[in-house]
Amino acid sequence: MSAPAAVETAVQPDADTAAYVLRLGDDALVLGQRLCEWAARSPQLEEDVALLNLALDLLGQARSLLSRAGQLAGPVDGPDGPRVRDEDDLAFLRHEREFTNALLVEVENGDFGQTMARQLLVSAWQLPLWSALCASTDEVLAAVAGKAVKEVDYHLDHARTWVVRLGDGTPESHRRMQAGLEEVWPYAGELFEPDALTGRLVARGVAADPAALEPQWRATVEQVLAEAGLQVPQTTWRPTGGRSGRHLTSFGYLLAELQHLHRAHPGATW
Amino acid sequence: MTRAVSVGEREVREALSAVTDPEIPVITIADLGILRDVEVRDGHVTVTITPTYSGCPAMEEIGADVRSALAALGWTDVTVRTVLSPAWTTDWMSEDGRQALREYGIAPPGRRPAGPVPVRLGLSRPAAPVLDCPHCGSSATEELTRFGSTSCTSLWRCRSCREPFAHFKQH
Repeated sequence: MSAPAAVETAVQPDADTAAYVLRLGDDALVLGQRLCEWAARSPQLEEDVALLNLALDLLGQARSLLSRAGQLAGPVDGPDGPRVRDEDDLAFLRHEREFTNALLVEVENGDFGQTMARQLLVSAWQLPLWSALCASTDEVLAAVAGKAVKEVDYHLDHARTWVVRLGDGTPESHRRMQAGLEEVWPYAGELFEPDALTGRLVARGVAADPAALEPQWRATVEQVLAEAGLQVPQTTWRPTGGRSGRHLTSFGYLLAELQHLHRAHPGATW
Repeated sequence: MTRAVSVGEREVREALSAVTDPEIPVITIADLGILRDVEVRDGHVTVTITPTYSGCPAMEEIGADVRSALAALGWTDVTVRTVLSPAWTTDWMSEDGRQALREYGIAPPGRRPAGPVPVRLGLSRPAAPVLDCPHCGSSATEELTRFGSTSCTSLWRCRSCREPFAHFKQH
């Protein structure tokens, strides 16, 4: 074991697990990027710090997940021959259709109420998701989950606090909180859609069954909305497509901001 | 399997006892509980560290500080490994570390109850801890915001001496 680093980085390629881990990494990366848009624009200084703390947790999770996804995918052809893509390659050099995050995390911030509605719906899903993935047979995914579950617990608590405060606040804050909730609600359905990939990975003990997370999610969200005096939206419109790379119009602008520096100055560091 | 602590390992640990958290420079990485292992084999040093939170931005700087502390003693063949599992918890913080935080004006974390802690799913928000003000010792304190200047801390204030202070969150 004179070269432990080399031994540890040899990862057996596994296309299915790579694709699944990439989905979760993209969820974290894109939501973190959206939250960063609040930097210096939050309603109060403490909230600026809070939202960027959430974003930092998500970015940390994304880095671990994208790195793992790149290793599991194995070498891919590039201009200088086959290479294993690292976290930067995956974050900065993929095109829109190659991102497989759920639509909900890319929905625009809207007003603060809409951002908190989105956070509630995402965190209430991520908590049981990461909790289940602590038992994943992919040991790196389980390790990321072990950290993420504690972090997402804070995120959910933060979102809950604001949704209740605004929903149960003034008539104006209530109206806007309900409007923000209506805006983001339809996108949540996609989180619970099983597909062939999750089917294969659930059978191997790698992935969490998406549909099995919905009852817990619904119970959490409905409890918060009841506490906030908000109505559960009744819409039946259920957009989908993020997991297969079909995104909202606004997603291209998000990627442009995320990627332009790296693309303009390849390899830039600071 | 227990392994004897070699002279080399003792020297390495001694050198690492000077490496502190870049964001809270009064606590060493050993006292913070993020220094997980030190191994010296055939002149090669492997130092294993773990992040507090997933996005801890200090990990790269800590790695660089570890290398430079060891290089000063002539150890240049060094690998710094970062592991995520088992997930860091404030229970790994030493008593010396807690005391150092208190003296620096940061209220240290409480301890989690012994035994396995079930992951809380749902909204049974845990009761806020009762903290003593690190400045005047009063327990008349309140949380201002759950999120502070670093991922690990929250912001509090003392109603007795009126001073704000940071709290290293139990995690």
